[in-house]
Amino acid sequence: MSMNNQGRPTHATQGGSEQILTFTGHRALVQEEDLIFDRGRSGKWGVDLPVPKGRANRLGGTARKGEIGLPDLSEPETVRHFVRLSQKNYSIDTGLFPLGSCTMKHNPRLNEKMARLPGFGDIHPLQPQETVQGAWELIDRLAHWLKTLTGMPAVAMSPKAGAHGELCGLMAIKAALQARGEKQRTRILVPESAHGTNPATAALIGYTVDTVPATDRGRVDLAALKAKLGPDVAAVMVTNPNTCGLFEDEVREIADAIHGAGGFFYCDGANYNAIVGRVRPGDLGVDAMHINLHKTFSTPHGGGGPGAGPVVFSQALAPFVPLPYVVADGDGFRNVEHSGEAGDGETPFGRLTAFHGQMGMFTRAMSYMMSHGSDGLRQVAEDAVLNANYVLAQLKDVMSAPFGDTGPCMHEALFDDEFLKGTGVTTLDFAKALIDEGYHPMTVYFPLVVHGAMLVEPTETESKETLDRFIYAMRSLALEAKAGNKEGKTDRFSGAPYLSPRSRLDETAAARKPVLKWTPPAAAQAAE
Amino acid sequence: MRYLPLTPGERQQMLAAIGARSIDDLFVDVPEAARLKDPVDLPRFMGEMQVERELGALAAKNMTASSVPFFVGAGAYKHHVPASVDHIIQRSEFLTSYTPYQPEIAQGTLQYLFEFQTQVAAITGMDVANASMYDGSTGTGEAVLMAARITKRHKAVLSGRLHPHYADVVRTVCGHAGANLAVEIGGVHPTAPEDLAARIDSDTSCVVVQNPDCFGNLADLRALADAAHAKGALLIVVVTEAVSLGLVTSHGAMGADIVVAEGQSIGVGLQFGGPYVGLFATREKYMRQMPGRLCGQTVDGQGRRGFVLTLSTREQHIRREKATSNICTNSGLMCLAFTIHMTLLGEHGFQRLAQLNHEAACDLADALAEVPGVEVLTRSYFNEFTVKLPKPAAAVVSALVKKGVLGGVPASRLYPGDKDVENLLIVAATEVNTDACRAAFAAALTEVLS
Repeated sequence: MSMNNQGRPTHATQGGSEQILTFTGHRALVQEEDLIFDRGRSGKWGVDLPVPKGRANRLGGTARKGEIGLPDLSEPETVRHFVRLSQKNYSIDTGLFPLGSCTMKHNPRLNEKMARLPGFGDIHPLQPQETVQGAWELIDRLAHWLKTLTGMPAVAMSPKAGAHGELCGLMAIKAALQARGEKQRTRILVPESAHGTNPATAALIGYTVDTVPATDRGRVDLAALKAKLGPDVAAVMVTNPNTCGLFEDEVREIADAIHGAGGFFYCDGANYNAIVGRVRPGDLGVDAMHINLHKTFSTPHGGGGPGAGPVVFSQALAPFVPLPYVVADGDGFRNVEHSGEAGDGETPFGRLTAFHGQMGMFTRAMSYMMSHGSDGLRQVAEDAVLNANYVLAQLKDVMSAPFGDTGPCMHEALFDDEFLKGTGVTTLDFAKALIDEGYHPMTVYFPLVVHGAMLVEPTETESKETLDRFIYAMRSLALEAKAGNKEGKTDRFSGAPYLSPRSRLDETAAARKPVLKWTPPAAAQAAE
Repeated sequence: MRYLPLTPGERQQMLAAIGARSIDDLFVDVPEAARLKDPVDLPRFMGEMQVERELGALAAKNMTASSVPFFVGAGAYKHHVPASVDHIIQRSEFLTSYTPYQPEIAQGTLQYLFEFQTQVAAITGMDVANASMYDGSTGTGEAVLMAARITKRHKAVLSGRLHPHYADVVRTVCGHAGANLAVEIGGVHPTAPEDLAARIDSDTSCVVVQNPDCFGNLADLRALADAAHAKGALLIVVVTEAVSLGLVTSHGAMGADIVVAEGQSIGVGLQFGGPYVGLFATREKYMRQMPGRLCGQTVDGQGRRGFVLTLSTREQHIRREKATSNICTNSGLMCLAFTIHMTLLGEHGFQRLAQLNHEAACDLADALAEVPGVEVLTRSYFNEFTVKLPKPAAAVVSALVKKGVLGGVPASRLYPGDKDVENLLIVAATEVNTDACRAAFAAALTEVLS
């Protein structure tokens, strides 16, 4: 059957240059979508389950009375709801996602396929150990790769995210100090450029945080650090490469200084992608480092999790690896789940999670690492660093790069808002304008050591062509910000974003009177 | 290499644009001695086929839950997950997005988090819920820290029937916490009443009780809640089987101040223990002491409803060492799986699923009670209960494996060295078990015990 046989071929029209208000609120492919709770109870089913026999009740008088308050949707309505929601998200598969310190790289679908093999996805953490030998072997193999790549002798696999890994690392340090009878060591040195998780983790386990200033080269001030050392210092937490995107070139001196003072060297491995396969943290004097599998090893970020944060340890901390951990045992593997099962010299500091860690992420990371191999992972670091330096080189004449003249950056390029001075445009405005240009903004206002920071991390999975287009967008915006000020036209920035599913949202109102869940209209009115 | 788009020629052009002679010039800040000259000693790159072959061989060594009659629980449960759940969570826009720091282009993630929070508050019977924790066990640790912040007291009283791994997580966190938090754990007995109220004193911040507990016992917690509140302590209820919330009176209605649950049963699957999703809900008055991410409703410049991360002044990236928790990520994609599955279930479906689970357990208990030498110990339960065997349960479970049945978790796996529980087997039943599965289990157990 021929289509459109009574109509006429369409011609391109001028539509699109002006916003029109639609009757529905939808805008072509961007569909407005209510909350599932707005649909209410309808008696529909999205899952067909057998009819219960209805006789059993051994609930001991605890049976629920009354409704829970969940809406009813059929399967097609549910699928459409979530597909429409998905279309309001920017993702790495949509385009460049240069969020500094987050390593938004391509997430290979092979990893998803491997994690869904029933032999990995459909096994229970408390099945008899002899029925999951392949799972222990996978964990053991991943552990071997992580230890070999980092040059560290031990690894704790169970931490569930980067911050959980930090907790694991500091707990091992605390346990080691207690074993040495040095409970007086309660101070942790943290550079001012550190991720917020570093001081938060240190405080969580009872340490006081002492901030170390940065030099004008964007590195840890070694002299200031040395001046702060003393018999009460437990550890120093250094991110390397650091959050300015720079390698701490005095890292060996930092390690020697902290070791000389009897403390430990914790390295935040969030930026490990810059050096994987080219530099082993073990060669730099590191005692503990968490590895974000969701950054360096490409497990998907999933809109904010799940992550996975294994921690590699030096010999000094190896005995304190928390439960559980896998050991080779004769022809097979065994999972040590209780301190009574630990081997000689093993004194695990405790347990961080109910089961064995993020198995689904282990499988994905292993699939990624095997795909790259030792040679490919080295190339990952090289291309990540090359891409960042290319972006820096192409932008530093129109933007301001506070450390742009101190040498190469690593995997991310840092800019500040010096170039926006006098334009009336802020870092936030600049970021929001980038949304209209089709990009997810870079990390903004972090690190705190420069004013109005913009931290750009392209990662190695972006092509030169993509980078060139991004550079064009950034240069155009930078030039426009400067020119717009002369002409009194900066609304491109101050009102941005214009083209996203929502314009700027009122975060102040959200925090002042928090609405954290849907309430039925009647109840909502009564509350006002 | 298929994941790396730069060509050798482009690399040269880019180095030239940077003004570097070679890639080594970009690594000059690394101390010379630490620059590796060659790749480390690991296998070289592999194509998809090779990776699939190698990992497929490892996967094939494991006995999968779907391949045998399966009754393993104790903190993770085998449930059917509708096909659309796994399809939707693999959409690029969900799978490969980040924490919604730029809300204008992350409304998809934010809206489902808001829906998730609403669902969690509804099923727990609480006022507010956060956007998830790593899992139920880490959520329990956070809840104990939160109770200490609220009450400014130093002792947590834990039920001896709280999952021992959860108790270990709490002990580890509190043992290392700065506030000098003590943890007192009740005795382990699978059925005897546990007088936790008697352990509450003026320095007790909270009582932590699992319901149903680790042996499957289901209890009415109202009296315990009253006892805790009378002494100024909070009641924290831990739920490891979220499906139970469809059939059991909500813990909010029973007087809980914080409810922590493992959400794995809804949408997530077994996955050998992770990633899972921790549900965390509390009363409105404690909202600002909650750990983790929170999604809140607001409006945009045109007055349209939208969602943002909110109350972030509690969080590490703003508050640094003064934050309520060091948490940065939640369990985003697992929240999504939970939310989709819960949406498909709806009011009727969720309650029916819970009823089917309870009936499956009752049927299984009846079948196992017929096996000579087996005694069902648990009287009130949801979908999990404990049986006493005439010999050590660990050996029985291994013998059952040889007969192609995964028959539960020996209590000795969780409480090693405790002779009193050596013969106890914790058995879970769900909607996936058929009459044939139950008959096969009973027959295999009869043979193993005879």
